[in-house]
Amino acid sequence: MSTTEIDRQWTTRLRKRVAGKLPPEKLLPDTQPAYVASWIYVFGVTTLAALSIVIATGCILAIRGPEWWHGSYIGHFVNSLHLWSVEIFFFAMIVHLWGKFFMGAWRGGRTMTWMTGCVTFFASILAGFTGYVSQTNFDSQWISTQAKDGINATGGGAYFNVLNLGQMLMWHIVLLPIAAIALTAIHVILVRIKGVVPPYAEDSEIAQ
Amino acid sequence: MAWLGSIIPLDHLGHYIHWHIVLISVSNLIVICLMVVTFIAALFAPFPGRSRRKESK
Repeated sequence: MSTTEIDRQWTTRLRKRVAGKLPPEKLLPDTQPAYVASWIYVFGVTTLAALSIVIATGCILAIRGPEWWHGSYIGHFVNSLHLWSVEIFFFAMIVHLWGKFFMGAWRGGRTMTWMTGCVTFFASILAGFTGYVSQTNFDSQWISTQAKDGINATGGGAYFNVLNLGQMLMWHIVLLPIAAIALTAIHVILVRIKGVVPPYAEDSEIAQ
Repeated sequence: MAWLGSIIPLDHLGHYIHWHIVLISVSNLIVICLMVVTFIAALFAPFPGRSRRKESK
């Protein structure tokens, strides 16, 4: 096979494009700009750490099932870990969102980074909601019977039936985790490609 | 865990703050206040090694 033919292969073109956009030293950097030395920059990675615990505890709950998480001490413990890691996940994500909003984190060609973050936030809200209605307890019954009127008022009740436990559980443990994890991965890769947004003062210095 | 229940009673109806159109549970309000406090602290709390990094820059 000639060099021209090799260069025309989609695998070669994709490899060259990925290597050009995201070389290893950019994907896994060993240093960060000086302005990153602030507590406001730690909430993104706090959100990621909480998400990994959410996923790990969710996998254990999926393996053992509702009887286990309702009826055993260790089940209660893992269920509580799942809940509290979600609390930390949203807490950190909102502080991260406020920080990035006031930094204008969409500057410098970072529009897609900002947008994927926003969409991940909305997907996470939906994941949290479907989790609440999948608890299989009185709390989930109360939430789903209250939510059904709101969803029905939008006309979406036939497609997204909050009283259908099977449907809500599938959204919670299959579709929304895939969406949240994929969006988070894209978001982190975009942060690595474009770099962490500099403060306004640093940005104007760079422009000069 | 009984000691925890004696500090934070969890077996009665939640407390809510109702002000005009605003209706929010006290627990949610506490979490929102904690987020604001954390945000302000993150802006002003000294970060370990920051001065050293500035010098090396």
